[in-house]
Amino acid sequence: MENIGLSEIILAIVTIDGTQPASGVPVFYAKDEEEREKIALNLARILSGMVHDLENGTYVIVRH
Amino acid sequence: MGGYVAVIITGLAIGTIGRLYLLRVDYRQYPSYPQGYMVHLALGFIAAFLGSVAIPAILAKEYTAVTFLALAAQQFREIRDMERESLRNIEVTELVPRGAAYIEDIAKAFESRNYLAMLTSLITSAVVEFFKKPLWGIFAGLAVIFILSFFTKRKRLGDIAVVRPAEIFFDGSILCIENIQFMNVGHPDSRRIFLEQGLGVIIEPKDDNARASLFNIGQRQAIAHDVAALLGVKRDVN
Repeated sequence: MENIGLSEIILAIVTIDGTQPASGVPVFYAKDEEEREKIALNLARILSGMVHDLENGTYVIVRH
Repeated sequence: MGGYVAVIITGLAIGTIGRLYLLRVDYRQYPSYPQGYMVHLALGFIAAFLGSVAIPAILAKEYTAVTFLALAAQQFREIRDMERESLRNIEVTELVPRGAAYIEDIAKAFESRNYLAMLTSLITSAVVEFFKKPLWGIFAGLAVIFILSFFTKRKRLGDIAVVRPAEIFFDGSILCIENIQFMNVGHPDSRRIFLEQGLGVIIEPKDDNARASLFNIGQRQAIAHDVAALLGVKRDVN
């Protein structure tokens, strides 16, 4: 419960947009939407974060 | 002193019954455990005892005893601290926290109930002493319990506001409840869970007083806690 860690921060980016630049935050490039969702779900579970959709083909994993 | 036994015992009994009457376990699930029950019953008993000896002490011209009553009443303020402390300690383990405002309110209620026990036994013992009829005292005590519990009763949310179900839908990835944009939910599976199992509710205050009450974040947190306690809650715990 009383985790010590970062919150309100983007932990990772999952995208099907190949032009999305990697800059500071880990970026995972997915082949298609299905793979993007799978990666996003796995990352969210691994990092205790939540998946948010930027609606431009990119998901961000944020810990609240 | 022998003549006061009936006075003290009647006052003590009615005061303790008053405390017991207000010690109910309900959806707030507090105090649900037998230990918590015991603590409050014991303190209620002591409060009732203090209330019931006050009149005999005055009549016996034991004025020091009466000043002790005031001193003891101060001690009951400790109850508020005790409750606040214990609720605050379990706060971190709540899936939906009660919030500081709700804890304060619960602590205050527990303190005031001891004063109620004290007042009830005081009035009961006074009636028994002056009218020499224990039965009258019992009725007076029960009346005090009912009147005070009626006046300390708080309003329900439904009294000050209209609570109505509202539609949940997604505008793109934004979760909306009627016209309120709520949060961004990315994963399609998560969205499906919201749509299938979510219950949207809109609370509309009836007047300006209600608006001011509901404006308070503590009130909202308390509502969230009680709703979660009643309906259950689904969230990630890590």
